[in-house]
Amino acid sequence: MAHASATEAHAHEHATQEHHGPQGILKYLWSTDHKVIAMQYLFTGMFMAMVGGFMAYVFRMQLAFPGKSVPLFGYVSPGEYNALITGHGSIMIFWVAMPVLIAAFGNYLIPLMIGADDMVFPRINRLSYQIFLLSVLVILSSLFVKGGGFGGAWTSYPPLSANADYNLTPLGSSMWLVAVALEFVAFLLGGINFITTLMNARAPGMKAYDIPMVPWMIVIASILFMLSVGPLFAGAIMLFFDQNLGTGFFDPTRGGDPVLWQHLFWFFGHPEVYVVLLPAVGIVIDIVATFARKKLFGYKTLLYTAVATGVLSFFVWAHHQFIAGIDPRMANIFTVTTLLISVPIAEMCFVIIATLYGGDIRLKVPMLWALAFVGEFLIGGVTGIFLGASGADAYLHETYFVLAHFHYTFFPIAIIGTFAGFTYWFPKMFGRMMNETLGKIHFWGTIIPFNFIFIPLFVLGLDGQQRRIYNFQNFPELQHLQPVRILATISLVVMLFFQLFFFWNVIRSWRKGPKAEKNPWKSNTLEWTTESPPPHGNWPVDEMPKVYRGPYEYNHPDREEDYWPQNLPA
Amino acid sequence: MAAESAVLTMDSSRPEPRRRPQIVASSVLGMIMFTFTEAMLFAGMISAHAIVRARSAGQMWPPFGQPRLPIEQTAFNTTALLVSGIALVFAHFAYRKRPRQALGPLAIAALLGLFFVVFQGVEWVALLEQGLTLQSSAYGGFFYLIVGAHALHAVAAILCLTWAWFRLRRGALTPAQLGTVEVFWYFVVLVWPLIYLKVYLS
Repeated sequence: MAHASATEAHAHEHATQEHHGPQGILKYLWSTDHKVIAMQYLFTGMFMAMVGGFMAYVFRMQLAFPGKSVPLFGYVSPGEYNALITGHGSIMIFWVAMPVLIAAFGNYLIPLMIGADDMVFPRINRLSYQIFLLSVLVILSSLFVKGGGFGGAWTSYPPLSANADYNLTPLGSSMWLVAVALEFVAFLLGGINFITTLMNARAPGMKAYDIPMVPWMIVIASILFMLSVGPLFAGAIMLFFDQNLGTGFFDPTRGGDPVLWQHLFWFFGHPEVYVVLLPAVGIVIDIVATFARKKLFGYKTLLYTAVATGVLSFFVWAHHQFIAGIDPRMANIFTVTTLLISVPIAEMCFVIIATLYGGDIRLKVPMLWALAFVGEFLIGGVTGIFLGASGADAYLHETYFVLAHFHYTFFPIAIIGTFAGFTYWFPKMFGRMMNETLGKIHFWGTIIPFNFIFIPLFVLGLDGQQRRIYNFQNFPELQHLQPVRILATISLVVMLFFQLFFFWNVIRSWRKGPKAEKNPWKSNTLEWTTESPPPHGNWPVDEMPKVYRGPYEYNHPDREEDYWPQNLPA
Repeated sequence: MAAESAVLTMDSSRPEPRRRPQIVASSVLGMIMFTFTEAMLFAGMISAHAIVRARSAGQMWPPFGQPRLPIEQTAFNTTALLVSGIALVFAHFAYRKRPRQALGPLAIAALLGLFFVVFQGVEWVALLEQGLTLQSSAYGGFFYLIVGAHALHAVAAILCLTWAWFRLRRGALTPAQLGTVEVFWYFVVLVWPLIYLKVYLS
């Protein structure tokens, strides 16, 4: 083969890494092993989740108890409040949901689940994490520069974001843009790697419909990301020029157009929702099939609905601009496409329910998270219908209803989906079993307060409370809602407290949890056929797996055991 | 990096596992994926330009006091770039017959690409003198943004072509490497007529 020398070089590369590579911390930083890079993404993402969670705590405290000093932070000034909500939004989406769901699970699971020894471009993979780390450093340091962090919300609408005379953060706003752009480059490199790996490095015998859902979903999500990120990247360059070179792309007084940014941003921004949703759905599907001990109902249906969601997601973006002065006829079209996209998503829910039906359900901790994902995401999806209809949106736009809606989608995706995947693959990643009791305390301690945070916010939004307001004492007609705000804030504090159980569980299990066998959940997919944790190269060279069947053959009538690993010869 | 890659070329204790046959080499496939994103980047910029252009309906375009773009010279320059792309097609087939035969067409492709970029630079200097700058209007801003983004891609691709030429001369260029560079250069060549149509002729 012509390209053999290139792939050979890669194989040489990570083969020699163990023996000749740099030592110690350098060895860790320069590793090209996909599992090491996945762990780097995972822990960076978790650290950023703590930063984003702390930000949420600070500004929720300000909203519930305005003007009081917040423990661990102090008084919150209006500028700091804006920087905190901006930081919370950007960090949770770009530096938590994306790195954990796509980069961490993608890097860890794609090669293992398709039976490859590594990604096809290990060094590009390493570069991807290094650029990502740089973007983390830039976004964190942007909070401490002169003028403070950027406060123009994660959507960064001009003219507020384009002109330092308006946003008062000349350095912070540019650093925010640079950080986001670097992060996009990192995920672009990652996405190229995922797609190429899935196409070119599958185990012998693994046909398209034998690929488990997690690799499929992450790859579809990567394709969506790569097709949608270009226009936003163009917009980011234009905004950066507006901020620093005095151009007028978004300045209406100089022939520019501020709504143009909204189109470029949301052309990416809406597919982005599905970019993070699909990996979470893949994780949930794998968990549901394993713990229901039943063949996945409608493998192809699920795959096609994911593709349909992806295609449709490119034609819904203008529902974010219903009241930005777009043509009402255009609003009609986008209402229809937006409501249409709930069809494939509902299809996914039906597939999960049909898989559960008649199954031999085992309510282990990962399964609890997976089921919670379906239930909570459903609330997010149903409330989205109100916002997708342009008439209702005219009233609800920019209220707390919107905020509660997208938290009911993003929280299940980014937090519940991550906990589901993390608790499910923890034995494989660290070679130890997690504690079930602590896991269940953490589960209920997260799910119950979560609903008590965001259901009150639906109420606030329906009463007309606008987003991005520093102090509601200035609005007498919203004064009577203060107890509702306090309820949401206290629920948040309770939820954050219960995360301690998670960290305790992780550290405790990591150090002295019972040793995990190769396949603790009796699952079919290939990652469970190697050691826990997998060695460098994943399998011994002469034992690289071959695939004989699809990934969801549970309780097959011809077999004694209720599972049938993909690599067992018939 | 240099020291590390020296380490990496050393013999390995872990042999290459058996791999599935690849219909398209991974590096070519990766580059194709990358050009999809790049195509969307240019689509974003060109459609942003089209939206701002449409908003100015009824007003002068180019705006008052701004020079008109040198359509004729650029038509010539566009031809040079297209010929460069054709030269690379010749290089592709020459390489398949006898690799070293590709040296000539590959050099022509790279040199014509270089000519294109230099010609654009001369054009920019003239336009700057006539008062068309990034800041002078949204018209000027979009011109430099889109053409500049393309020029950056062209320079990167020319560097890749040059790298490929030197590797070919040493006899070290693999078909996958040539294919990867080809995809990148074809993208740079083929996106240009679109830019010419939408930015110069609109």
